[in-house]
Amino acid sequence: MTAKTLLDIKGVETYYGNIRALSGVDVAVNEGEIVALIGANGAGKSTLMMTIFGTPRARRGTITFAGTDITDMPTHEIARLRIAQSPEGRRIFPRMTVMENLQMGASLDNLKYYDEDVEKVFTLFPRLKERIGQRGGTLSGGEQQMLSIGRALMARPKLLLLDEPSLGLAPLIVKQIFDAIRELNRTQGLTVFLVEQNAFGALKLATRGYVMVNGVVTMSGTGKDLLADPEVRAAYLEGGRH
Amino acid sequence: MANIAQASREETASPLQHGLREAFYAGIIAFGLFFLFIGLKTDQNISNELVLVPRWGLLTIVVGLVMLGRFLYVAYAQPFMARQKIVDVASGLLPDSVATRFFRLPYFIGALVVAAVLLLFAGSLDGIFGSGLAGYLRFFRALAIIYALASVLFYFRAFIHNHFSALGVGVLIAYPIVVVLILALLTGSMAGGFQGSLKWVDNFGIQILIYVMLAWGLNIVVGLAGLLDLGYVAFYAVGAYAYALLATQLGWSFWILLPVAGIMAAFWGVILGFPVLRLRGDYLAIVTLAFGEIIRLVLINWREVTNGAAGISGIPKVSFFGLMSFNVSDPNYIAKVLGIAQSGAYYKIFLYYLILGLALLTAFVTIRLRRMPVGRAWEALREDEIACRSLGINTTTTKLTAFATGAMFGGFAGSFFAARQGFVSPESFVFLESAIILAIVVLGGMGSLVGIAVAAAVMIGGTEILREMEFLKHVFGPDFTPELYRMLLFGMAMVIVMLWKPRGFVGSREPTAFLHERKAVSSSFTKEGHG
Repeated sequence: MTAKTLLDIKGVETYYGNIRALSGVDVAVNEGEIVALIGANGAGKSTLMMTIFGTPRARRGTITFAGTDITDMPTHEIARLRIAQSPEGRRIFPRMTVMENLQMGASLDNLKYYDEDVEKVFTLFPRLKERIGQRGGTLSGGEQQMLSIGRALMARPKLLLLDEPSLGLAPLIVKQIFDAIRELNRTQGLTVFLVEQNAFGALKLATRGYVMVNGVVTMSGTGKDLLADPEVRAAYLEGGRH
Repeated sequence: MANIAQASREETASPLQHGLREAFYAGIIAFGLFFLFIGLKTDQNISNELVLVPRWGLLTIVVGLVMLGRFLYVAYAQPFMARQKIVDVASGLLPDSVATRFFRLPYFIGALVVAAVLLLFAGSLDGIFGSGLAGYLRFFRALAIIYALASVLFYFRAFIHNHFSALGVGVLIAYPIVVVLILALLTGSMAGGFQGSLKWVDNFGIQILIYVMLAWGLNIVVGLAGLLDLGYVAFYAVGAYAYALLATQLGWSFWILLPVAGIMAAFWGVILGFPVLRLRGDYLAIVTLAFGEIIRLVLINWREVTNGAAGISGIPKVSFFGLMSFNVSDPNYIAKVLGIAQSGAYYKIFLYYLILGLALLTAFVTIRLRRMPVGRAWEALREDEIACRSLGINTTTTKLTAFATGAMFGGFAGSFFAARQGFVSPESFVFLESAIILAIVVLGGMGSLVGIAVAAAVMIGGTEILREMEFLKHVFGPDFTPELYRMLLFGMAMVIVMLWKPRGFVGSREPTAFLHERKAVSSSFTKEGHG
């Protein structure tokens, strides 16, 4: 890889009280890549996502984004460096309309590019346009996921973090969302770092992947290699393709 | 469970038997509830000793009424409503049918005739029927008038619903004028009209509007930003004392001190904001509650400055923008300038419009802020703080601006309060006030300006109007003082509203942005990117 590293996570350890959730994680995301992080429940995938955003903070190790050390930066300032996130559980604003949710996403630039960007989001997710005046909480799960990703995109991110975008969604919707991610990466060169339980779909989509077990990265490689790896197959892929 | 046994019994029991049984249960519950409240009363005897006065008669009447009510409801009203529902479903009249049956043109005309006849003979009612019966007739007349008004409201309900805000503002602006004119017609002189209007403009109008303004101010903190504040009255106190102290010590005018009081309160809002930034929900509520008490205790104990519990008196009145004064002794007293008869009512009417203006300013600012980035950030903060932060919103400044803005309006209201009363003491700023303001916000529906205004009118106006219920003395005897039951009824009304509308009068949130208005939300409103 000749591309320059956008997000560099080195030796990160995160604790919940006294419980160590991450014990020295090294992950690198290069510009223009889709990187997938897979692992079982409780492996620490979502914790890593949240640690990048500083809630909770890494107790040891460093996180660098585009050359800036963001390990101890306040969350909102990390976001202002153009890292956007569709967090675990989507976390859309349930009593606000789809439009207001998208406006919140665009608040970094005070809605300067709102009109332009909202069209892009609607091309990507036409369903959101139909639901524009509806309250976020009344959307279906898939639509909420689309809104969560759309809201993140409104911030014009350099790096998009996605935490389990396929969680609880029908296969058809999952396909739509994965297609959208691929589309964003291909046409706009958006760098994506995604955490998934759906290992097959994620690794197929990803340029590179990491496997996480009990708070450490145990394996890494290109998406294709990991898919072919017998250990990965045994642990995450047997029992049917999602 | 008992439910199953009861259900099987209900199948066999006739409504009458069922009603009797329910009435018995209700009687037991009512007896248990009211035994201490109504059955026993503490009193002082001549040598100042505390004695218990039993009121078995009153207790019997109350328990009896409860039993009778329950019996009638279960035995007749419930089966009637159930039958009616079946009929209505069959005829397709639901859900308007009950209301349409209640408000009919013949009834409306009947009510008008009754009201008109009784109004015409208002003067001679006592003479013809004796004072007792005349009291009932006046009550009946009031009911007829209320019914007629309700019919009109019902008939125009769609129109009212669509233009509620505009109509509401219109009614509020016209209110003092209408009151003065009606009373002038009834008494036959303009002076009488002004004199009689004092009660209606001051006790009702100003009192309600103060609470509307306070509740709208608190709404910014609680309703929009979702920060539960139980000590809001502290900012009210800061505003009131700021005006009281600076006006009596330095002699500054209200118009200078109004913004000063607002800024002081906003400053204290930020002071409170800093330590509670990390807190949410219950913990935040406790700290704000403590803050409210701290301010009150400081006011009581810092005697050198605040004169302690005795309070500050002789607070100057507001002038008419410095052009006219409302002090009779001043050379530019309004009656002298305009050449009209002296009356205390001018000042009250002026104060009414002043607080109306301040309240509308609060509403206007709230509406505008909601459409601006900072207002949207408040609402997003209420929904999800973590999501907010990861969208690049500085939650610290967002919370602090919410506290400061809410506190500022509390400060405005406080300085108005001081100017209106002419006297402030820590007693006006007890926790109960915070609780009432918060109750109004919750009852009205968090975040809804219209709902909150209605809640304030119902709650404050409703408790005030109990002072007017003289006819109840005919029912319960001359010792009965309806005002004493104000808080009981306040609480009961709150329970009923919360059962009926758990999210308040206006429970749904009004969106701030619509598709065709998108460009109205421009970036030019703020420079800072935290909203």
